[in-house]
Amino acid sequence: MNLYRYASPASFYPLAGRLWPVFAVIAALLAVYGLYEGLFVAPTDFQQGEVYRIVFIHVPAAWMGMFIYLVMAFYGVLALSFNTRLSAMMMRALAPTGMLFTFLALWTGALWGKPTWGTYWIWDGRMTSTLVLFFLYVGFIALTESIDDERRADRAGALLAIVGSVNIPIIYFSVTWWNSLHQGLTFSKSGGSKMAPDMVIAMVAMVFACWAYSIAVALVRARAIIREREPAHVWNGEAA
Amino acid sequence: MSSVSLELVEQSELAPEDGFWVALKRDLAIAMQNKGELAQALAFMAIVVSLFPLAVGPEAQLLKRIAPGVVWVAALLAALLTLPRLFASDYQDGTLEQVLLSPYPLPVLCAGKTLAHWLTTGLPLAVLAPLFGLQYGLNGDELGVLVASLMLGTPVLSMLGAIGAALTLGVRGGSILMALLVLPLFVPVLIFGAGAVEQALSGQDTTANLSLLGAVMLAGAVLTPVAIAAALRISLD
Amino acid sequence: MNWAEFFSMGGRGAFVWGSFGVFALGIALEVLLLRMRSRRSKEAA
Repeated sequence: MNLYRYASPASFYPLAGRLWPVFAVIAALLAVYGLYEGLFVAPTDFQQGEVYRIVFIHVPAAWMGMFIYLVMAFYGVLALSFNTRLSAMMMRALAPTGMLFTFLALWTGALWGKPTWGTYWIWDGRMTSTLVLFFLYVGFIALTESIDDERRADRAGALLAIVGSVNIPIIYFSVTWWNSLHQGLTFSKSGGSKMAPDMVIAMVAMVFACWAYSIAVALVRARAIIREREPAHVWNGEAA
Repeated sequence: MSSVSLELVEQSELAPEDGFWVALKRDLAIAMQNKGELAQALAFMAIVVSLFPLAVGPEAQLLKRIAPGVVWVAALLAALLTLPRLFASDYQDGTLEQVLLSPYPLPVLCAGKTLAHWLTTGLPLAVLAPLFGLQYGLNGDELGVLVASLMLGTPVLSMLGAIGAALTLGVRGGSILMALLVLPLFVPVLIFGAGAVEQALSGQDTTANLSLLGAVMLAGAVLTPVAIAAALRISLD
Repeated sequence: MNWAEFFSMGGRGAFVWGSFGVFALGIALEVLLLRMRSRRSKEAA
């Protein structure tokens, strides 16, 4: 089988149509299991009490926010170097999901921080760079949505995602560095307590649930983008 | 203006790196014709810097404390104001299309244009920075670090900003959009630049911050011309 | 374990359910918007 075949929207469209329900079901099952483990089975944390359970959604959201941006940059490289339409479509299909997860990471982080460290927001390295990452998503979406010519929007977005991803390590380093210069703001998120096995299971389940969810959503959105852009015969032959 | 741009196409027997000087000289010549615009950015920065004491009060200790941040944020905003002009007039009168067809490598031309932008915005700003610093009670050494940090940091603003300016060419709401794209990318420069001055204020060694700033600038000088050229091609295709 | 105790989350219910609630809301909103976009693109053709 030739994998390269799926680089064209016409053959990707029906494949994505068959795959997304699979990932959606996996996401739902893992989420139910992970939430059950996380909310009912996992023991109370001896330092933070019940509130630590936010970790089961906070950490997956933060990881997905970061990871999706890197995947977008990877698709951006493909889109610019091989001029493939589908990579650019996948890149743009991922952006709203990445932005959502980054927002949720900030939100859950704030609600976790208040009872645990006494403040909703702290300018620590991780939170600050997550905020900057959120702004990078905002910029990407603003740029791609403002350009009417889809081809130009794709390529401009690809370049921006690449430039942004080259900058992410520098941003992360600079923010951590800046934080280390202003002592008194540092703290450790793990709080020193080791995670019980049930906690780890819940966390892993939630991380994979978020993965599967992101894939499912990106596939559905990519299909919508194909329908919006390509002539109907490209995607109408789905029954075949 | 058009006679200068034709030169770009005709002198094909020159070496590729000459494109750098051609673009640099041309943009500097244009900037010299519009000295008013050059002064506007500086005046803007002077006003922004003068507003803060009015807003937070004249307490000397507090002003000194916020000086690095204020001057640096003002420099970022001033850069944002001038960046849309970097390609816009060339884009509107069609010169940019010609530039793309010129025999010189596009990244080299972009590097020249970016340097011209810095020489006409970032450099004067860095040179005038001691005046701003004095308003906030910075003294000799601290002023020196402020100037050094701006000298090393503002070129990066021009380089990253040029990518944003090229990507948003002719897009509706271009300048506010460009600010959205570019400001998050400015974060490391802001941190290292203001950080150096802050360390000078607390009597610490500033070499670490200044070397990081220099490293970012060198990396930018190598990488961004290619990105700017790619962005221009994308926008003009 | 009773449900009231479960929902109080050791007195931190507002924070825990504020997190999980907004998380669920965000996902639901994305799914909803995506369904609308999907339907629109199908009808347009």
